[in-house]
Amino acid sequence: MTAATSETAERLPVRADSDVVKVRQLVRSLAQQARLSLVDQTKLVTAASELARNTLVYGGGGEAEVELVSDGARTGVRAVFSDEGPGIPDLDLALTDGWTSGSGLGLGLSGSRRLVQHFAIDTAPGVGTRVEIATWSR
Amino acid sequence: MSDGVPILKIGSTLLVSIQVDLQDDTALRLQEDLAERITRTGARGVIIDISGLEIVDSFIGRMLASVAAISHVLDATTVVVGMRPAVAITMVELGLSLGDVRTALDVERGLAMLRPEDRSAEEILLAAAEREEG
Repeated sequence: MTAATSETAERLPVRADSDVVKVRQLVRSLAQQARLSLVDQTKLVTAASELARNTLVYGGGGEAEVELVSDGARTGVRAVFSDEGPGIPDLDLALTDGWTSGSGLGLGLSGSRRLVQHFAIDTAPGVGTRVEIATWSR
Repeated sequence: MSDGVPILKIGSTLLVSIQVDLQDDTALRLQEDLAERITRTGARGVIIDISGLEIVDSFIGRMLASVAAISHVLDATTVVVGMRPAVAITMVELGLSLGDVRTALDVERGLAMLRPEDRSAEEILLAAAEREEG
């Protein structure tokens, strides 16, 4: 999958359980820099944790790209999770609460969408999946 | 694999205080260690202090619910204590319910919740019957 890259983005591999922890820590640190409220920080980090685990477990590993973004007045954090795994054949189904193709709770994708202000997903069977999330300071 | 989470025993209660950002495999290991310790010590209560956790995602939430279910089958009660307000808000939004897991605001309240169960109803009835006989 092609993704717009940024020179300021920090890229982390997502290949092991310990990488998921590193992604959480990086997102937390940037969320603090962006001065997100504690609840927004917690929501964003939780969403990042769910998506990084999806990248690892369902995507067979991939990478996370996290960066501070600004539109002048507001600062935010953007995170992109991408893999070259099997992709998601039925996206509507995958975004349904409680549906899981594995042994999880089926909340990762649907739940993390509720935790952030911006959520975009791009997936193709056999090509991979790219999920982009962002939350801005209020 | 990172270091395991220490499990303390106080009377008939096991106390676990999670102070680090839990890796998934560490969480699974804690689940197994707790089941083993409950069986070995005959503990009647488990208190899991999550005040050090900055997030509870679906994986950790499922681990907490599993520990509660496993301890129930092993005749012990689990109380999760110390959840941060931002974590509670996020968990509800995520759609994560801790199911039948009992919760308390802090360790002290959690211990108070377990105390009546230190003595089973049967023991209390037996003691009362003995007093009447005597």
